[in-house]
Amino acid sequence: MSALNPQLDGHGNLKHFLTIEGLSRGLLTEILDQSEGFLGVARQAVKKVPLCRGKVVANLFFETSTRTRTTFELAAKRLSADVLNLNIATSSTSKGETLLDTLRNLEAMHVDMFVVRHASSGAAHFIAAHADPHVSIINAGDGRHSHPTQGMLDMFTIRRHKGDFANLCVAIVGDVLHSRVARSQIAALNVLGAAEVRVIAPRTLIPAEAESLGLRVCYDLREGVRGADVVIMLRLQRERMSGALLPSEHEYYQLFGLTEERLSTAKPDAIVMHPGPINRGVEMDSAVADGARSVILEQVSNGIAVRMAVMSMCIGTQNLRGQMRQGADQGDLNG
Amino acid sequence: MADELRALLDRRSIASPLMIGIHTGGVWVAERLHARLGLSEPLGHLDISFYRDDFTRIGMHPQVRPSHLPVSVEDRHLILVDDVLQTGRTIRAALNVLFDYGRPKSVILAALAERDGRQLPIEPNVVGLHARLEPGEQIKLAGPEPLALVRGRAPAKDRPKGADRSGGGPGEGIP
Repeated sequence: MSALNPQLDGHGNLKHFLTIEGLSRGLLTEILDQSEGFLGVARQAVKKVPLCRGKVVANLFFETSTRTRTTFELAAKRLSADVLNLNIATSSTSKGETLLDTLRNLEAMHVDMFVVRHASSGAAHFIAAHADPHVSIINAGDGRHSHPTQGMLDMFTIRRHKGDFANLCVAIVGDVLHSRVARSQIAALNVLGAAEVRVIAPRTLIPAEAESLGLRVCYDLREGVRGADVVIMLRLQRERMSGALLPSEHEYYQLFGLTEERLSTAKPDAIVMHPGPINRGVEMDSAVADGARSVILEQVSNGIAVRMAVMSMCIGTQNLRGQMRQGADQGDLNG
Repeated sequence: MADELRALLDRRSIASPLMIGIHTGGVWVAERLHARLGLSEPLGHLDISFYRDDFTRIGMHPQVRPSHLPVSVEDRHLILVDDVLQTGRTIRAALNVLFDYGRPKSVILAALAERDGRQLPIEPNVVGLHARLEPGEQIKLAGPEPLALVRGRAPAKDRPKGADRSGGGPGEGIP
């Protein structure tokens, strides 16, 4: 499997970052360890390191985003890369250009890395499969499928608070059905060896395959967060819902909204997370979102460090490949 | 080395310098020097992985440790400590890191050992040992307990990815 993993080069180095699936615990741990180093860059007077100087990163967002796009942009800029922000919704694709033609044009501009967000599951894989071998693709969210950098920044945030994953109980609450964030979190928690992962939601928002993923499914919030070390709230994805999955947001909050009172069954030192944007009064009460156990804004800062780590690892792998190409051209490097 | 450093600080009338060790060997040496000089300010650690000039050639360094500068370097006298000075590239990178944290008043360079092979115009202010090596020989600091300079044959070419941060072996440098 790993030999065929499109995300890795022949030596097992990260070339693209498309999904958590198929990556080893060692590699995920390496991403977390590297992120630790990049966290310090924010404390420098000059918040920049020269690692990716001269590289061009294109943010290719086919779906709107503020937090993810800006943190990717900031991550690339802190690595000294040049950044292109392409708002595809208002550009050539709306004039009829195909995805591959857009890609070819950007490749002709010598872009080194694409950060892709798309409403269709598998879009980033598709681009990776058709892109020139010297470019790297980072998935910034594809449909319901995967959002691996969000998954890793959540793992990074959990590790910074809880240390090891081995004894952790993590409760994921809300719209699991439509959530690529939840899928990436669950995959990462499984690879990193979390003791227990639970999902808590109304029946209509739990995917059919939940139990086969080794998850404990709960339909009651108070029961679901009992004894949890980490409580992750998900956003209700109205834009992906078709049909009557919920009676109303108000009723959802009555049953599944996180309040301090409902959180009382979790461990006293439990942390509360949310990938943002928060719907206050729908997924959680403001008192929880702004409370002492909330690490929501920390997730945002950590996101920059994790994205710097992933981007520089992929660019580093490109450099290795460039080096090998050169070596092959010259015959003997040390000659 | 500590005596020489103390004399230099006296000559320059520097009362409370900040000492900063470069990962990993430089930190080991700095810990010893810091204790011998009885410095009041806490010791800083510097990781130069993000500033190396060979990232475009060999990719990410596998073990990056966060830099830790407990006191602002702005307008302070610094003592930068490394284990073995050879090409000077590590020090070039370390100076770049420091200046991204602020503008120090001065920087003194202390190296436990110094050898031939300089590729940049960088010389230490205080040196423990001037090593005279045979061609193909290298010198490395082993540690942390006990700390010892080890002299030996350099490994063959084609070092593994990021094997030696300080860029010691003859495979290193400008081809």
